[in-house]
Amino acid sequence: MYEELKAIVGEEFVSKEPEELYIYSSDPGTMPPVKPDYVVMPKTTEEVQKIVLLANKHKVPVVPMGGALSLSGLVRPLRGGIVVDMKRMDRIIEVNEKARYAVIEAGVSEGRLKAYLDKKYPSLRISTPDAPPIATVTANALIHGSGRLSQIYGFHSEMITGMEVVLPTGEICRVGSCSVSPYWFSRSPLPDLAGLFIGWFGRTGIVTKLGIKLFPKHRYRDVMIFVTENPSYVSDVIWRVAHTEMAEDITVWAQPRPEWAEGFQHTTIYVTADSEEELEFKKKIIRNALMDYIKQKEGGFLYLTPGMKAMFLQEPMSQLVRFADVRRGGGFEYVGAILPVDLFDVAYQKGLEIVERLGIDWAFSIRIIGRSHCMMFAYAYPFNRADEEDVERARKALHETNKAVLEMGGIPWKAEAPAQQLILESMDEGAKRLIKSVIEMLDPNGVMNPGNWEVK
Amino acid sequence: MLEKVNYAEIVHRCFRCGYCKFPSDYSEINCPSYAKYRFETYFSGGRMWLIRAWMNNEIEWSEHLGEIMYSCSTCRNCVEHCVFKFNEQLVDVFIAARSDMVERGLVPKKVGEFFNNLAKFGNPWGYAAKRLEWVGRDYANNEFLLHAGCVAAYDDRAKKSLKALLELLDVAGVDYGVFSDEICEGNEAVIMGEFGLFEQLMEQNRKRFEERGVKKVLTPDPHAFNAFRNYYGLDVVHHTQLLWNLVNDGELKVGKVEGKLTYHDPCFLGRWNGVYKEPRKLLSRIGSFYEMPRNRKDSFCCGGGSGNFYTDYLGGKDSPARMRVKEAAETAEILVTSCPVCLMMLDNAVSDEGLELDVRDISEVVLEALKS
Amino acid sequence: MNLKFDPDRCFNCDSYACLTKCQYLNYDFESAREERIKIAKGEYSKVLEECKTCYSCEEYCPYGNHPFYRIVELQEEYGINLAPKPISKQLVKMYATKEKDLAAIREVGSKALSLCLFPDLRDNVKSKLFEGLPVIMGRQIFCNLVYLHFANMSVIKERARQTIENIKKYGVDELVCFHDECYGFFNSYAKAYGIEVPFKTVHLYEYLYNWLKENEDKIRKLNVKVAYQRNCSNRLSPETDRILDKVFELIGAERVEREYDRENGICCGAVFQMWGEYELAEEVQKKNVEDMAKSGARFAVFNCPMCYVALAERTAKAGLMPILVSDLCRLAIGEMPKLPGRD
Ligand SMILES: Cc1cc2nc3c(=O)[nH]c(=O)nc-3n(C[C@H](O)[C@H](O)[C@H](O)COP(=O)(O)OP(=O)(O)OC[C@H]3O[C@@H](n4cnc5c(N)ncnc54)[C@H](O)[C@@H]3O)c2cc1C
Ligand code: SF4
Ligand code: SF4
Ligand code: SF4
Ligand code: SF4
Repeated sequence: MYEELKAIVGEEFVSKEPEELYIYSSDPGTMPPVKPDYVVMPKTTEEVQKIVLLANKHKVPVVPMGGALSLSGLVRPLRGGIVVDMKRMDRIIEVNEKARYAVIEAGVSEGRLKAYLDKKYPSLRISTPDAPPIATVTANALIHGSGRLSQIYGFHSEMITGMEVVLPTGEICRVGSCSVSPYWFSRSPLPDLAGLFIGWFGRTGIVTKLGIKLFPKHRYRDVMIFVTENPSYVSDVIWRVAHTEMAEDITVWAQPRPEWAEGFQHTTIYVTADSEEELEFKKKIIRNALMDYIKQKEGGFLYLTPGMKAMFLQEPMSQLVRFADVRRGGGFEYVGAILPVDLFDVAYQKGLEIVERLGIDWAFSIRIIGRSHCMMFAYAYPFNRADEEDVERARKALHETNKAVLEMGGIPWKAEAPAQQLILESMDEGAKRLIKSVIEMLDPNGVMNPGNWEVK
Repeated sequence: MLEKVNYAEIVHRCFRCGYCKFPSDYSEINCPSYAKYRFETYFSGGRMWLIRAWMNNEIEWSEHLGEIMYSCSTCRNCVEHCVFKFNEQLVDVFIAARSDMVERGLVPKKVGEFFNNLAKFGNPWGYAAKRLEWVGRDYANNEFLLHAGCVAAYDDRAKKSLKALLELLDVAGVDYGVFSDEICEGNEAVIMGEFGLFEQLMEQNRKRFEERGVKKVLTPDPHAFNAFRNYYGLDVVHHTQLLWNLVNDGELKVGKVEGKLTYHDPCFLGRWNGVYKEPRKLLSRIGSFYEMPRNRKDSFCCGGGSGNFYTDYLGGKDSPARMRVKEAAETAEILVTSCPVCLMMLDNAVSDEGLELDVRDISEVVLEALKS
Repeated sequence: MNLKFDPDRCFNCDSYACLTKCQYLNYDFESAREERIKIAKGEYSKVLEECKTCYSCEEYCPYGNHPFYRIVELQEEYGINLAPKPISKQLVKMYATKEKDLAAIREVGSKALSLCLFPDLRDNVKSKLFEGLPVIMGRQIFCNLVYLHFANMSVIKERARQTIENIKKYGVDELVCFHDECYGFFNSYAKAYGIEVPFKTVHLYEYLYNWLKENEDKIRKLNVKVAYQRNCSNRLSPETDRILDKVFELIGAERVEREYDRENGICCGAVFQMWGEYELAEEVQKKNVEDMAKSGARFAVFNCPMCYVALAERTAKAGLMPILVSDLCRLAIGEMPKLPGRD
């Protein structure tokens, strides 16, 4: 098989050496490593197709990988096989400036697309997630990621306008307007086949090209941080700010470090505009929306020094990943709970209860998705990679959090394989059966990333 | 001397987030070895994790591991862009791990050859000694000892640039001499983890410097500049600095050169030693100067550092040097650099790519400006 | 630790300047008297809620009776929240000395420059002006007077002695204070509360004056007009305002006469923003900057880094060049200061 892979992608881009197998057996999170048999790096859709056909021939699993940054072990080949690192497919194929979309290959990183637009299309932007910039736009959208524009436009999966997919059986297929027209403008008005590939963790095929919405980029951008000392206020604070429709991105953070932050909730509100007047106007409206809290002295805006502002305005915010160094041990993972905003207080208290009981370091980091339609509530736990006990503690906290999230009515996002099972346990029988039949229909040989969304 | 870091305390702190793969704006892959190989093993984070795995006996040393370790050109892009607090130590970790491997006799073949030649002949190729006899200007209590470095001493293209420098020094009346039997100062040896060999070379050089009364060193080679400045603790100037002073003080009266100029920052001059301004001031003075998208701290390495100009782990059709000259060709007509290694790497890449791009050392363009 | 405040002086006062001169409260003599007497007695007065904590009455009172410190004590006593509670509480935690701050204390020699809590200014004091003066900064030497704006006198008192102890540990017998507030702490606050300060303190202006006087040959007069933003804490050492005039004279800067300078100086507005009083902040900033702009000055000169942050952009947009006093002096000796907080 090694020889066959070499024939497909070229000798330099396939490996079965222990070094590559070691690195590709895990991501930076807590899930235990699983070794692949091969790692390949295709350059074209045809190469991907050939790899999938080969996998069918030999009945070995294929696992697509982007930046391996989802942290929940999703790119580990649970049943061995071939890990397909997509990042050599890094062409930005088209930017349609007027219709505001881009067509890219699946390996294009968030960082590169952002830099490309900044340079060539300064009035367009993507909804950048705060993941490190090597994360791929495609995997991020496929796993229902969220980012800087999600409060306005929703999950990144909702920004997908079309895709080219290599199906588990090796056929190449297009979904969205590009299946009919030369334009990649939207998924409507056709049967929405994109749903067969979004949220499946590569279980139903490898996406090779993606159409993604771009949005207006404004000249001015500012940040405000509203501080409260009572988590039961936060969902209302968010509701009010979202109601103004003046904010671009709304996030909340609460953490015990630095010491001054402990016990407070910080609602970070980003505002953009094309003129200073517009910016001032928007900020004023937002302040007014929160004036009751200010007047009652229950909440107020943090005074931001230019240095702090610069840190918060950075896209992606590189500060976030440094959370992995809290225990000087290079690791953290989080449960990203998707919840109604209304449950903020419950989710917050539950989280505190877990971290206090387990005596573990933590940070909560929340992003509002939609006009307070829901939120991604991240319970992040750092760990010291060199201390197995510490890793185990984090694993336990993650597991308990996953369970608690389901109990309170939320759903863990980009769930680890065991958490996927927890979700399936709570799932409506009809939905489960449908998942099973979709997989059986699309992937008769069971080669595409098996072990995920496994309905027993 | 370079201190060997205790990497056991650092390697597990790498998150493998990949910030270190990029320049500040994330526009391109900026780690030369990752840019070529594209496996996650070939960037700073991959190396950190592999060193840890090797240290914990999760993987064994292999020729392949050796190649991964030595395909790092120690360009320090990762040091510049890693967002963690240990960023300053990244390259020191790689050097220390290489050194531990060397101590156990674990070096890939080409690296072994490099060390052997350096030990036996005082240069990586095993060429004959007396490498600077042709200069005909032996050091005799001059103001500067001019240390060419191995590449400028032997490589034909780099030798030309050295000649241009000598001509400029003569015009400006700079008082210098060379050791016709110059030997390697050992920068690559130490960077490649051969601490013993480096100490030997440093010893030999120090002794000669003392015997012959050398006080100040002038070098066109940023690698040598680095070793003299940071490990020998000597008073050393790089030719870009001296040339700028000479031009600025009017000792060299320069005109303008034709054509758009751009500048490639040698890693050992820029990111290693913070010299960014002088070459830019010089080039702006003598011509129309344009920056490549990746410049200064974001410069993209030519792929020659840390012995790679010899071992060639970063060669081939996806080589960093070939990517770099394409970037230069989109920016300007003349690609200027100030390092014999960069000059050699980039000049070869231009021929391989068949580009209409002139690659020159800064002394060559200054010489042209002097004559115009 | 009690405030040296003599109620009898207020009962028998002939001016009530503390309130009649106040720029934020519009009291005539009669109502000023009425409210001030309540304050002197320790009773509730509406002043406690209306006061904008501009420090000015410390300067206005001709008898040195510390009207402002008295107000802050009573504000705290009556549980008045000037700012939203989370903001005040967070601020108290933010500047509390940590273990690692204490660990940073080193012997530095007999003289030092206190840079308070302004690490962004580190490069701005890398200058001939300050050559040979080791710089000390951090929460461990912070004067904490900022809490005067937050009705929190007790935290200042609590931390005061420790701050002085910590500075002593640096081994200095002369401390140059970059920030007015720092100087005000040692020379006004400490005296008002009878706290002994076992070292000499020098105001930045005095230091600059002496340096420039000794190095007059290095000065190239700037010959520019400058509009000066007098910050609140300078009210604690009004005598230093005269020294500033002499500094300006030495470097050839003409301090323009304008409405909101000297005794009439107004707040930069930063504190009002922290309180959530945006309209007030906007109003004072607007009238201040408009006044600067029409004065014909080229530079807007600040000594307080907070004022600088609050007003720099706005003054720049109004066509002035914002700059710190010390940086203006650097210009006069041919140095090129970089913008605070920028790389
Ligand atoms: C510090 C930090 C901050 C983060 N912040 C955010 C944030 O703000 N918003 C956010 O959304 N996420 C965030 N993340 C999570 C995560 O990093 C991102 O969602 C990231 O974009 C995932 O992309 P990836 O390329 O790393 O995916 P991977 O982890 O490589 O892959 C994710 C899944 O997609 C599958 N997949 C990959 N490529 C394909 C393909 N071409 N076709 C089919 N399936 C494929 C994989 O098999 C896997 O199941 C953050 C992570 C970190 C470490
Ligand atoms: S070296 Fe630094 S930037 Fe690179 S992967 Fe490791 S932690 Fe991230
Ligand atoms: S030093 Fe350069 S080549 Fe080596 S890992 Fe860092 S960025 Fe890559
Ligand atoms: S504080 Fe001073 S001015 Fe005010 S009433 Fe008392 S004595 Fe008079
Ligand atoms: S501090 Fe200022 S606002 Fe308050 S009473 Fe005194 S002068 Fe008036």
